[in-house]
Amino acid sequence: MNPALLLLSSNTLVHLSGVDIAIIIFYFALVLGIGLYLKEQANTGEDFFMAGREMTAWVAGLAFLSANLGSLELMGWAGNSYKYGILAAHWYWIGAIPSMLFLALVMMPFYYVCKTHSVPGYLKLRYGQGAQAISSISFAFMTVLMSGINMYAMAVVMKVVLGWNMHFSIWVSAITVAAYVALGGLRSAIFNEVLQFFLIWAGALLIPILGLIEAGGWSGLQAKILHNLTELNVPNPGSYTHLWSTLGNFNNNPMGINWAGIVFGLGAVIAMGYWTTDFLVVQRVLSAKDLRSAELAPIIGAAFKMMVPLIVILPGLLGLALLRDPHTGGLIRLVPANIAWSDAGQAQGLHGYDEVLPLMLARYCGPGLLGLGITALIAGFMSGMAGNVSAFTTVLIYDIYGVFINKNATDEKKVKLGRHWTFWGVVISIGAAYIAAGKPSIMDYVQSLFSFFIAPLFGTVLLGMLWKRATPAGGWTGLLAGTLSSIGMYTWVKLDPNAVRYVALSMDAQDQAQNMFRALWCFLVCVIVTVVVSYLTTPKPDSELKDVVYGLTPIPKVQHVSIFHNPLFWGAVVAIVFVILQIIFW
Amino acid sequence: MKSGSHLSIWFFTGLCLGVNGALIFATGIYETLYPPVEKVVRYDLHANVWWGGILLIVGVFFSLRFSPARERARMAGNS
Repeated sequence: MNPALLLLSSNTLVHLSGVDIAIIIFYFALVLGIGLYLKEQANTGEDFFMAGREMTAWVAGLAFLSANLGSLELMGWAGNSYKYGILAAHWYWIGAIPSMLFLALVMMPFYYVCKTHSVPGYLKLRYGQGAQAISSISFAFMTVLMSGINMYAMAVVMKVVLGWNMHFSIWVSAITVAAYVALGGLRSAIFNEVLQFFLIWAGALLIPILGLIEAGGWSGLQAKILHNLTELNVPNPGSYTHLWSTLGNFNNNPMGINWAGIVFGLGAVIAMGYWTTDFLVVQRVLSAKDLRSAELAPIIGAAFKMMVPLIVILPGLLGLALLRDPHTGGLIRLVPANIAWSDAGQAQGLHGYDEVLPLMLARYCGPGLLGLGITALIAGFMSGMAGNVSAFTTVLIYDIYGVFINKNATDEKKVKLGRHWTFWGVVISIGAAYIAAGKPSIMDYVQSLFSFFIAPLFGTVLLGMLWKRATPAGGWTGLLAGTLSSIGMYTWVKLDPNAVRYVALSMDAQDQAQNMFRALWCFLVCVIVTVVVSYLTTPKPDSELKDVVYGLTPIPKVQHVSIFHNPLFWGAVVAIVFVILQIIFW
Repeated sequence: MKSGSHLSIWFFTGLCLGVNGALIFATGIYETLYPPVEKVVRYDLHANVWWGGILLIVGVFFSLRFSPARERARMAGNS
């Protein structure tokens, strides 16, 4: 039977052969072997929580990118590109590149010079314990929940794609992650993230290559999408392959957003907040061996991030152009996950947006290649869990236990507790996974919650670094006000959907557009409250702000290196390529 | 990649790509000799043969370039 027919006539998307299973088993054996090997090298706090601060720019840069390249991200954004067209690429370009360069060239020197172990640790140095407490408790809570959600999402995907039992997926992934993070700490997580980076490219790059051959190149792909969407009477079918030219009005594009939401909401607030203050990704860069490596790492990450749309956005667009029912020849229209994964949806053989990547994988990849693609997805999920768990233990031990419970804990005690809490972090994640299994909509809430903290946190950190007049009271009240305003806007729209016209400036705004504008407003609330309260309270003396504020911190000069080793040069190269990409896909 | 260690992350990466490449390449050769009944789209391009071959070559290169013996020699030279 044609595999496309098999796809549509079976409850699972793909069927693995012996060689596929062998590739998956080899991956599990390898990551456990790496964890065991690295155990001997994780004896001190610096080793366990900061990977010894001896990573090269390449390793730190690839881990920095991979920490964000989990399978939820890959499948979700491939699904979003099917839903919104090439507009989804904004999350990889303007929603990442400028902020990664900003982290590298402006913020990293401060993080690195003050030798903080974490972003909440920086807040303590800058604002004191109030801002640190809000940030560390919310971060620890959210990371462990996100880890559980990754676990649950993986179990759902493995069930839908392979027909695996959900309990089996949850427990096997949890035990493996607990073992290799507890053994090797952050170094083990980073090793596996680098491995995952190569697996993802090896497993997914064939889809755009073979897809573009089948579609007749980029122009053939554009023509097919236009033809298919016109056949389905989708409004503005031409907008699915243009990045900027349809953003003049809210109702000219499938996302219901305008250029201001993308530039200011996404590029200036959400992306800046995520890439510069989310400790999950920043922790990887802090593990670099010196300042030049720490500056180069995000630039290396940015260079590869620009290429990720090739394996994420393009498969979604290829799905729009090429997926047809082999029985009738009619177009296959993917639907939201809650419809596709319901009992009625499964009975009708419907597929969700997020299934477009596995669908394309099954379309082109036979035995062996399929196993590699599935292994890449599993690696992405486990890496997402491991990243969250390692960040959770670092913040828990350094910013909660070491500050509020036992200020005099020895290094040995911290490592011991780190290993224990890696285990308990995974146990809590399993609990979160089962809560999510009982109430799947909780996934959306938790992911929204995570975004509640990021945008105001960026405002707090940015003002702290660049404005010496910001006071401790201004810092924590601004952070709290920004977070509460974000939660308030989210709740307002949930209770009264008409509030979208005020929060996102248009009734056409889809979920992503609402997120952009909510982030923008809560960032502004945070900044305004911080500034007002700072002017009403007493600032710290300059002597206490040395090494944490611009103008009072002597930034070490990067030693004299050739232009090809200079972060500024490579930052400029990445920026130029970024601009060229915007023009090509305008 | 790191001091005090004989095995680099690049060695593990090479091992991973090499083993997977070998398995995929061998499967591709077998499928070329004995074509399956159910074929993937663009089976005619034999992606598993050339893609498996590329992964195998990259994997072998990384494994040899960052092999434990070479790393030991490099660190002995540095110390």
